[in-house]
Amino acid sequence: MKNSVSASITPVAVLKLLILLAATIAALWGGFLFLRDYRESKLLLTAFAIVWGVGSTALLYFVLNSSAELLPSKARSLALPLVFAGPALFLLLWFLVTPTLRSLYLSFFDETGTKFVFLANYAFAFTDPVMWEAFSNNLLWLVFGTASTVALGLVIAVLADRSPWENAFKALVFMPMAISFVGAGVIWKFMYAYKGEGTNVSEIGLLNAVVTLFGGESQAWLLLPGWNNFLLIVIMVWLQTGYAMVILSAAIKGIPSELMEASRVDGANEFQIFFKIIIPSIAGSIVTVATTIMIFSLKLFDIVRVMTGGNYGTNVIANEFYIEQFTYGNTGRASAIAIVLLIAVVPVLIYNLKQFSERRAFK
Amino acid sequence: MKRNLTGGGSRSSVAILSTLVLSLIAAAWVIPTFGVLVTSFRDSKDIFSTGWWTVFPHKAWAKTGEFVVPSEVDLDAPIVLEGKTAEFAEWRSGVQVTESRKLQWFGNKRTRRVDVFERKWVGFGMNLTLANYKNTLSGSEITFKDANGATISRQGNNFADAVLNSIAVAVPATLIPILIAAFAAYAFAWMEFPGRKFSFVIVIALMVVPLQIALIPVLQDFTKLGLNGSYLAMWLAHTGFGLPLAVYLLFNYISQLPRDILESAYLDGATPFKTFVMLILPLSVPALASFAIFQFLWVWNDYLVALIFLGDRNRVVTSALAAMVGEKGQDWHLLTSGAFLSMILPLTVFFALQRFFVRGLMAGSVKG
Repeated sequence: MKNSVSASITPVAVLKLLILLAATIAALWGGFLFLRDYRESKLLLTAFAIVWGVGSTALLYFVLNSSAELLPSKARSLALPLVFAGPALFLLLWFLVTPTLRSLYLSFFDETGTKFVFLANYAFAFTDPVMWEAFSNNLLWLVFGTASTVALGLVIAVLADRSPWENAFKALVFMPMAISFVGAGVIWKFMYAYKGEGTNVSEIGLLNAVVTLFGGESQAWLLLPGWNNFLLIVIMVWLQTGYAMVILSAAIKGIPSELMEASRVDGANEFQIFFKIIIPSIAGSIVTVATTIMIFSLKLFDIVRVMTGGNYGTNVIANEFYIEQFTYGNTGRASAIAIVLLIAVVPVLIYNLKQFSERRAFK
Repeated sequence: MKRNLTGGGSRSSVAILSTLVLSLIAAAWVIPTFGVLVTSFRDSKDIFSTGWWTVFPHKAWAKTGEFVVPSEVDLDAPIVLEGKTAEFAEWRSGVQVTESRKLQWFGNKRTRRVDVFERKWVGFGMNLTLANYKNTLSGSEITFKDANGATISRQGNNFADAVLNSIAVAVPATLIPILIAAFAAYAFAWMEFPGRKFSFVIVIALMVVPLQIALIPVLQDFTKLGLNGSYLAMWLAHTGFGLPLAVYLLFNYISQLPRDILESAYLDGATPFKTFVMLILPLSVPALASFAIFQFLWVWNDYLVALIFLGDRNRVVTSALAAMVGEKGQDWHLLTSGAFLSMILPLTVFFALQRFFVRGLMAGSVKG
């Protein structure tokens, strides 16, 4: 690397930079056109997309940095942070900060985004029966989904800590975390499959097979009002318990073993240890896990979309957002729903910021 | 170390009880996926007529023969067959004549045919096939047999293309945000610039902002730029949405690196860029790997972002699978193999690099 202390704007350096700049633009634009128009070999296209996408990003940083390094020392010390942090801040601004403000703005307008309706969309969001159904279902997800996930995760973590095959059990429960909600949807749709009435129809869904084995009637489970919501929540519990288990298991391992031993010597049984020592010691982690899963169940979309499409009384807020925007094309209402979702997570947002400023991690 | 195994009798009984309960839970956790895996290899005709668990040896009624009831037997009166007397309706739903022999009338009265079933062990000859996977991967016309043996033809869902699309979306959408976030994390940790603290507070705040808030405005931008349906749109969107967590995780790691290393690099005359590429990136590999797995699983498994910005062009596996659920909700041979095709890569990555994933999970949960 050349001298970094003094600035070096020589004609040769500038010329080099200009050539580099031209080559970069050519590579970026040429690659873009190729990706857009090339259709012959999908395999080649995939390989090219990866190389071009990642390579362009690296190249852009290199070019930006080379330009900044040519500046005189004072300007350079301002330009370099801009080169390093600028792209990230620009993307955050484009994809999260301004969209939030734009969604807020759109939420005050009608479906076409032209007529100002002030709070009419919020009146819809808080009073329409469709939204009420979605809210009450989200509440079910929030309460039962979170409670079951955390409770099961905790029980598994505690039991695994006492079993010689801890890692094997944990890996099995953890596995669904790698599965998409759509994939999980297919897996559980198959569990709940219903073939219906008719002579000699044997059920191919496991749930109905078990129910009929014990003399019950097979059911179209996903159409059963009331039940179907809980059967969908089961899917989330199945997917997320692994997460709760891992975090809580690590917290349990952090409890000083002398504490447990001492209470065992004092004659405490396993239940007393669980409620009097383990739970109070890891309360902080339980709150963290519960908060994460609550935010998650608030934004829940894929499972409902794939399993029922929000029909049969299973609608949720995020699905209603999708329906308003992409089925009815009502941008105003959809934006208002998105803002409602944002408001719901504001307490967590404030809590995070408070935690952050207390930790003084930022010098 | 297992502190519970070193104890006396009551302690080891706790271990046995825990293992027992855990075995039940683990079974409940694995069976749904296992059922789908087994089904994806079964012949379509078998899938439609019997449950997947029947591939395992079990005792069941199997048809072993049939006979014709003589025409002189009056079907309106109770019928006597093999010593048992029953009404026609009962015969039709099947009557057990001995412990292991059942007779069942086939069809209506006019057929006069009775099927003989015997209870015996079945399911040793597993009729497994790879045809479902071939049909799911194919984008052209496919045919299969339903429960009655009738041939059905459908348009294939072209999972081969969907898998490639998913790779083309997920790999850059994992590496690009890592690079961008690492540069930013380095700037936040080791550079002085105006608005540094304020911008970082914004990053923390954005970590919990729901995606839905950004979808409509970003879609409007992409429509204006003509980017909808392109890989580039997906890379940009996933980078934007993944950045807050990425910057936060990498900042936590990079800001903890020892100051002396950076100072000695500076004294050697290395530029910040060179220090970053030669020193910071290699030292941060554990943190980079943690986030990489996180982001890769998130992007690969994402459905919402793909649904909105890709649409039907360049369908990724999740959208292809969801579309299949919509179009072919009962074609379990295709759905199960499609589900497995969508899971193979993330499951492999997950089990190979579980250690890093867990580390990322722990670091990602914001706690005091």
